[in-house]
Amino acid sequence: MSTATATPPAKESSRSYQSYAHPWWRRTLLTREFAIIGLLVVVYLYSMINVANFDSPLTPYYLFLDIAPILLIALPMTMVMVTGEIDLSVASVVGLSSVLVGVLHRDANMSIPTAALVAILIGAVCGALNGYLVAYVGLPSLAVTIGSMALYRGIAQGLLGTEAVTDFPKKWTDLAKDRIFGDGSSFPMILIPFLILLVLSVWLLHYSTAGRGIFEIGLNKEAAHFTGVNVELTKFWLFIFAGAVSALAGVFYTLRFGSARGDNATGLELQVIAAVVLGGVSVFGGRGAYHGVIAGVVLIGVISSAMRLEGQTVNVINIVIGVLLVLSVISTSFLAWVSRWLHSRSGGTGPTSPLRRAVAEGN
Amino acid sequence: MSNENTIIHPSRASGLTRTLSNLLRSREIAVAAVIVVIVVLTTLKSHGFVFSSDGWRNLLVTPSLLIVLAVGQAAVIITRNVDLSVGSTLGLTAYLVGKVFIANPGMPAFMAFVIGLAFGAALGLINGVLVAFGRVPAMVITLGTLYIYRGVFLSWAGSNRVNASDFPSGFNSLGTNSLIGIPVLTIIALILMAVVGYYLRTARSGRELYAIGSDPDAAHLYGLPVTRRVLVAFVLSGALAGLAGVIYAARYGTVSSGAGSGMELQAVGAAVIGGVAIAGGVGTVWGAALGALLLVTINQALPIVGISDFWQKAVVGALIIGAIVLDRILAARQERALIAARDRARLDTPTTVKAGSPA
Repeated sequence: MSTATATPPAKESSRSYQSYAHPWWRRTLLTREFAIIGLLVVVYLYSMINVANFDSPLTPYYLFLDIAPILLIALPMTMVMVTGEIDLSVASVVGLSSVLVGVLHRDANMSIPTAALVAILIGAVCGALNGYLVAYVGLPSLAVTIGSMALYRGIAQGLLGTEAVTDFPKKWTDLAKDRIFGDGSSFPMILIPFLILLVLSVWLLHYSTAGRGIFEIGLNKEAAHFTGVNVELTKFWLFIFAGAVSALAGVFYTLRFGSARGDNATGLELQVIAAVVLGGVSVFGGRGAYHGVIAGVVLIGVISSAMRLEGQTVNVINIVIGVLLVLSVISTSFLAWVSRWLHSRSGGTGPTSPLRRAVAEGN
Repeated sequence: MSNENTIIHPSRASGLTRTLSNLLRSREIAVAAVIVVIVVLTTLKSHGFVFSSDGWRNLLVTPSLLIVLAVGQAAVIITRNVDLSVGSTLGLTAYLVGKVFIANPGMPAFMAFVIGLAFGAALGLINGVLVAFGRVPAMVITLGTLYIYRGVFLSWAGSNRVNASDFPSGFNSLGTNSLIGIPVLTIIALILMAVVGYYLRTARSGRELYAIGSDPDAAHLYGLPVTRRVLVAFVLSGALAGLAGVIYAARYGTVSSGAGSGMELQAVGAAVIGGVAIAGGVGTVWGAALGALLLVTINQALPIVGISDFWQKAVVGALIIGAIVLDRILAARQERALIAARDRARLDTPTTVKAGSPA
């Protein structure tokens, strides 16, 4: 009817011939993901040469133990963010599941595996509540999960108050700190469930039909709907996945530190999101890949561990992570601006039609 | 345009009735009613909640901090952005003010507010420049500056803290003084709310913030200075967070490195409860302030009615979710009413649709 006929600048980058105008190796290597992997390699090599004790086998062992919860939660968080949603409640689910494991073990005399299973189930229920409100009621996920973040953390603190449950069987707390290839190896046990989930997630996001649907939802929800993707159901299951994996991370967190507390893992959600965004996932959805995300998480871990060995406090590490996060998003628009500027200087080779220009500027 | 083409006719009710009915149906009244109910019920349980001088003071002075933060947050959220760095800005500014007082013990108290305002605005300007010129999501940028400002604060303060004895007595008394029974800090918060609220409601540039939040692309095509307005919103939010830092220092007297951590999500929560839509373009500053008042009042009431304050967060979370679900239901109802009105208009005068379409 009386809608404006001018096309507004498109938010999503539209596929054009330019995407395929280069050989495959350029398309693969000149990406956000490989920029982060490159940075990771540079930081790793620099630390190996310059930071004392960084080459000891203990360093990667503690590095993996420290980043294991972030690695685990980053898997579902990537998919949630590729659909254009976000889940801020993951750290609260970690705290809730930690408290549940403690309370069920202490007061209900459950064995650790049973308590862990119940905690993971409740984590899935927490995720289902988020997912239902976001997917079926249609509420913005940022607002919903700010609410459920307070709700789940509140339940965790309400159940346990300021107490802490610490009497876990040694068998299980040792398992959390165990290594895969016997003593002296630098790979903790927790990497096994992580690798299983990683393979599953990579297959799901990058090699399955459902995965294409996840990207399509992030790029254009209506188009996804009309091509037969069940937008609501996909989002619903992704939030359940996020809840369950966060609860699993909570079980690990509890056993690793041998302590179940209501304020466990406070602020972890921001670390997970920082790592995922650093790894090249767009907060607008529709863009991201697992090799970048894993590199982003490990990069943050390597920087923290190298700086700690150098005697820096967690404060300076926070500053570095914050600067990295800002630079990683700013660089994209800065590079786009530079390339536009170069195009306009060379004259005539840039997009000429108003529509093409609008699309280019919208990126 | 003639009236024939409009689907919803302007109300024929008189201005007064319209204002009254709008007011009664507004979110702000609903939130205010809930606050009144909570206060009355809690007072019935324990008269000291309102009627002791301490209770009255606490009831009024404690929310002032969150009100100021929520007002700034509302201005940013209305432009379809979000500022997660306010908690860190608050802490850093509070500590800076303390340090300035230690260096110049004779400084008058109002200078603290000038410094807090200026420093907070400068931190907000950094956010604003990055978001507005970089054209990147505000959530990521302010998440980054949350870490950066907090990190700067932690490495500067370390395990040190500023104590009440470091502040001049004139500044400390701001935290305890009252004017006609209302604490000074509350009055400051209310004045700030009124000024920002008046600006957003009446000023042209204030209305443009709503336009930008409703549809950034349309605002840009219409010729609104989107970049500059978003920048101003972030500077405003930073400046208010800085002032909140000064209020924090005056209220508590001690500033340690934990000051203000986690406040950012409370501020967002307060704005959302008060009816500011996270998708931008909707909401008022008074609503956000009432949301903040509700959060803090619940916090204070829970221990008195016998619920351990460990459950307080759970109640707050349930409230936030309840508020947005309610918003959704109301919006869906209005949408249905609008569609029904459109269909009626089409059936009544089939030609108006043609007349309205472009040639």
